[in-house]
Amino acid sequence: MSKLKALRPYFLVAPQTIVLLIFLVLPIVLIGVVSFWEFNGYSMTPAFTLDNYRGVLTSSVTLDTYLNTFKYVVLVWAVCLAMAFPVAYFLSFCIDNPRLQVILFLICTIPFWTSNIIRMIAWIPVLGREGLVNQALTGLGLVETPVAWLLYSDFAVVVGLVYLYAFFMIAPIFNSLMRIDRRLITAAQDMGASGFQILKEVILPLAAPGISIGSIFVVTLVMGEFITVRLMGGGQSASVGKLINTQIGSLQYPLAAANAVVLLAVTLLLVVLILRTVDVRKEM
Amino acid sequence: MAKVTRRKMIQTGLAAGAFLTATRCSSAPKGTPNNPATGPEVNTNQSKEVTLRFIGTGVSQINEIRDKAQEDLGFKLDMRALSTEENNQIAITQPGQYDIFDGEYFSLPLVVPSGNLQALDISRIKNWDKIVPFFTTGKFKGMPVENSQGTTPFTVMYLTGPDSTEFSPTPTDYATLVPFQYNADTLGYRPDLTGRQIESWSALFDEEFKGKTSILDIPQIGIMDAAMVAEAAGLMTFADKGNMTKKEIDQITEILKEQKRNGQFRAFWKTFDESVNLMTSGEVILQSMWSPAVTAVRAKEIECIYAPLKEGYRGWGGGIGLSQNLEGMALDAAYEYMNWMLDGWVGSFLGRQGYYSAVPETAKEYMTPEEWAYWYEGEPAASDIVDPFGNTLEKAGAVRDGGSFEERFGNIVVWNSTMDENTYLVQKWNEFIAS
Repeated sequence: MSKLKALRPYFLVAPQTIVLLIFLVLPIVLIGVVSFWEFNGYSMTPAFTLDNYRGVLTSSVTLDTYLNTFKYVVLVWAVCLAMAFPVAYFLSFCIDNPRLQVILFLICTIPFWTSNIIRMIAWIPVLGREGLVNQALTGLGLVETPVAWLLYSDFAVVVGLVYLYAFFMIAPIFNSLMRIDRRLITAAQDMGASGFQILKEVILPLAAPGISIGSIFVVTLVMGEFITVRLMGGGQSASVGKLINTQIGSLQYPLAAANAVVLLAVTLLLVVLILRTVDVRKEM
Repeated sequence: MAKVTRRKMIQTGLAAGAFLTATRCSSAPKGTPNNPATGPEVNTNQSKEVTLRFIGTGVSQINEIRDKAQEDLGFKLDMRALSTEENNQIAITQPGQYDIFDGEYFSLPLVVPSGNLQALDISRIKNWDKIVPFFTTGKFKGMPVENSQGTTPFTVMYLTGPDSTEFSPTPTDYATLVPFQYNADTLGYRPDLTGRQIESWSALFDEEFKGKTSILDIPQIGIMDAAMVAEAAGLMTFADKGNMTKKEIDQITEILKEQKRNGQFRAFWKTFDESVNLMTSGEVILQSMWSPAVTAVRAKEIECIYAPLKEGYRGWGGGIGLSQNLEGMALDAAYEYMNWMLDGWVGSFLGRQGYYSAVPETAKEYMTPEEWAYWYEGEPAASDIVDPFGNTLEKAGAVRDGGSFEERFGNIVVWNSTMDENTYLVQKWNEFIAS
């Protein structure tokens, strides 16, 4: 009987474990296996070749594409953080009414209510040559000819990604900030700390786990992005995800798989780096 | 149906009858019109149990055609609209998912070696001899299309035997696809924004349209447009645009990269809708386009011309083929569908969208003389031109861009292609996109 009791936790985690094994671990293992296969234009054959990795790792395209993807990651992460912290701060410290807090928090989810198709069409009248922004700029006499780089550019890609993923930064930071014991702030005030000192010495360190969780979300999501990059970049901008997508579209599965494995490794490395700066577990 | 023996007919008929009786009896009271006598009626309607599953691209999977076919033929069709890439992927990797493959000829060098298609028995296609001869013999009134480059439908039309996956350079009794729809593609432009007529592919690289052009981002099609432009602009020549050497691919990629660096392109598009959006919003004023996209732009009352260019057209053609797993009654139904498809109604439907039918003479019977004159003869429209969905495309007096069927189809100089160096091409194309 006691033996059964000891096994109970394992039974509890079993369903989740099985689901993860079948739908997460197994596919990743398969991708790993396929990445060593050979392929021609229309089929792939089981083999053990390092050609795919050689192709991925020696191609100048890979380096350029990764650099470009990192550029998006850094820009999107920085902008998301710069936007999300004040928003989360405002929500948790400046709004006292819990109901209003929830309503405002939900408003932050609006970007998820639209599909990629809608977004694709909706950004044109805003950022396009004859879009709202350009009309405002020319109307105010700031520019003479419409600014073309607002749409189908790196700028547009970053705007699109921030719009999509800022929420993933807001939510964990908001969560961290809500958990801060308000008495700590009162104590700091009693000790004569200035507003900036409280932010720097009390709030920021306690928000660190939220920031790092948000960073993990944003970094991993942007690393794998392809549809937003394609639509907002007008197909002219490269990202690793888009590269893989094109290869899959051309039936080059083993090459795409090798690329995916490399992408996974790089992304995990980034996650480890983030986790090393902040011990999320300890501070939760 | 000819091959069904009497014995088999009775067997399946009885089985179907038993099935019908069983199901009908449980749902309808006896002796009502909903519970009809079995016997003869069941024999004629046995194929009603068949459902043919199609895969194809968005331009070919049309509900109106499906409904009409179900009505005329009595069995069910199930259509799945996919992107060109997905369509090929499923055709090659998931043969169990479809009965009829509706795809482009240029995808055949990839699909046929997979062994997932079965050879069509030409003797079972009633109107085969009436199909536009370019598809069946490679000839077309001595016009330039006869010397066109790329994956021309004729070169991948025939197989060497009933179980072969090898193309035959000369006609045999076994075919890969029955032609379904095809067209001559070219550049589309907004005359109100370009301010002049576009007469050559080279315009895509013209300084005056800098930052306002687009090209499509599907390697096998985009490269053909790029090759037409580069050749027209005198930047390079090809021995065979339809089968470039590695060196030629390197060179054309360099040219494309340079154009991209100089900001010649506004965007690249991958789907039909994207190209329409680019054009209607005015973000792009000159780009590679598909004909229904031009129609869609015009439907928004924006002027858009599908330019007849002096170098000629880029052709594409799609057809339907049989999955390896089709047999028995379903196979018969598939042939029945093919014959129905070439019978004219479908041809007229496609014709009203601006595509061409494999057998124009049967399509003609289903079109009004005015429609025929506009779409095929290049005559001014005698009355308003309405598409099959009820939209007015052109007012009376309008003339089709590029003129008649002969002028357009006959001047195709290159086809969408799968080259020997396809893998290398995709790699270089990615390089261009990433640059």
